[in-house]
Amino acid sequence: MSTTRTDGVRPEGRTLLPQVRLKHTGRWISAAVIVVLLVLLVIGASQGDIDYAAIPAYVVSPVILEGLVNTIVLAIVAQVSAIVIGVAIALMRISKNPVAVAFASGYTWLFRGLPVLLQILLWYNLALIFPNLQLGIPFTDIVFVSLNTNDVMTTFVAAFLGLALNESAYMAEIVRAGLKSVDRGQIEAAQSIGETPAQRMSRIVLPQAMRVIIPPTGNDFINMLKGTAMASVIGYMELIKAANNISSFNLQVMETLIAAAIWYMVIVSIASIGQYYLERAFDRQDRRPGGRGKAPTLRRRVAADLGRAPLIRSTQ
Amino acid sequence: MTTTAPAPVLEAISIGKSYGHNTVLEDVSLEVYPGEVVCIIGPSGAGKSTFLRTLNRLEVPDTGEVWVGGEPMGFELRSGRLHELSERRLSAQRAKTGMVFQHFNLFPHLTVLGNVMEGPVQVQRRRSREVREEAVAILERVGLGDKLTHYPGQLSGGQRQRVAIARAVAMKPLFLLFDEPTSALDPELVGEVLAVMAGLAKDGMTMLVVTHEMAFARQVADRVVFMADGGIIEQGPVAQVLEQPREPRTRQFLQRVLE
Repeated sequence: MSTTRTDGVRPEGRTLLPQVRLKHTGRWISAAVIVVLLVLLVIGASQGDIDYAAIPAYVVSPVILEGLVNTIVLAIVAQVSAIVIGVAIALMRISKNPVAVAFASGYTWLFRGLPVLLQILLWYNLALIFPNLQLGIPFTDIVFVSLNTNDVMTTFVAAFLGLALNESAYMAEIVRAGLKSVDRGQIEAAQSIGETPAQRMSRIVLPQAMRVIIPPTGNDFINMLKGTAMASVIGYMELIKAANNISSFNLQVMETLIAAAIWYMVIVSIASIGQYYLERAFDRQDRRPGGRGKAPTLRRRVAADLGRAPLIRSTQ
Repeated sequence: MTTTAPAPVLEAISIGKSYGHNTVLEDVSLEVYPGEVVCIIGPSGAGKSTFLRTLNRLEVPDTGEVWVGGEPMGFELRSGRLHELSERRLSAQRAKTGMVFQHFNLFPHLTVLGNVMEGPVQVQRRRSREVREEAVAILERVGLGDKLTHYPGQLSGGQRQRVAIARAVAMKPLFLLFDEPTSALDPELVGEVLAVMAGLAKDGMTMLVVTHEMAFARQVADRVVFMADGGIIEQGPVAQVLEQPREPRTRQFLQRVLE
């Protein structure tokens, strides 16, 4: 005789059966293959005709360090300028003024469409068509400032203009996407409590748009760090040019380039970590009911991914 | 309630609005007096929300005038003509009005307290210490004194809407506009929001409420306005419009809603 059970309690005397987990044999094999291939690669690399012992000295040599500083300075100045110009272009693009919209579209089209290297070369050679740069009133003899183009257009300025203007076109698109991502109701709510257009933008829209704007901007900055390498073509003393300067004397081309490569990896890694924390700072609105609060620190996230307690301990 | 003498705090005169060939509002006029609670009811597509949004000029009417506290909304009266105001000066006018939205529209990056203090501190430029005390008092009144440092994302719909009401009240507006304040809420959360609104009405707040909550209209409103097809069909005291409507359109609508 069977009865319908409705009490939701485990039947008396019924024990749970042991379960055997699936063994991931395939994973172990593919992991072993990868490790073996990597070991072979290292063995192969160690037999090349290269003076590995010379690299550490190049990494910290004054010439390379000067190139490092110049690379960082150029990247930061260009990126910051690009953000400022990009915000302005994005605001023009979403404005109700048709001339501003058209200008912004044309700007983006032009500076995004041309290769950065070409833009750097055009700026650097500006003196060929405009030997003098003048500020005055057209069609009169009144001139406030007149400068020799070659004095103004140094390798830094040419590289800066090429990189910053190209990047500003991308930043304009990133900022525009960020502004558009903010719900229309947010602007209406800000209007309803009497906020002016400037207050709505700075207090309500931009802080929310930042969550959308920061990740691609971080990617762009990492690209910018590497993009400064193009400035070596016109002779700006960044990392590549510094490496070339050394190897032109002693012919240790690969050794000096690897020293430069190491620095690129270092600064790109630092920028990535910085981006992670910046995103975390703008993450406030992600808090959900019963939520997890802020995103974990990078250290905790790595630890969680590895499924164990933090490996890296902060020094006390 | 019979209102004798005082000037209306809100006056809409012949408001018209159309999108392309689609006429949304046609010749709508309404007066609201200090302390009054007016409910606007009617079928969807009647133009209720659009009309409400023309009153604080979130929606710019094609024709007609809105007068708020004796000032023409969005304009300045100079030598018999209405000169359109800049967006900046319009903002200052809007600060005298309050609005509660269907979808709350709380600022997700600010705390509950931050949402309520935003207007008084940023727009009215008041000292944040004194605003904080007031804001806390208002939030306690809507039953959220224990959620000051929470973010909107951590609250239920009913709690969010109560914060939104507190945000509007904190500006000490001449009147509050409610745009279907309970339509986006789960049924069990509607009561707490209506209770807060009834409390405000009792304290003498002037309110204009677009709603589908007939029980609320019956209990709290002084006057009911029935809108359909972009116009006001009928308006009057609650008992008259809801119990003995004169117009067949009103009767038809009430029959369908009250079933």
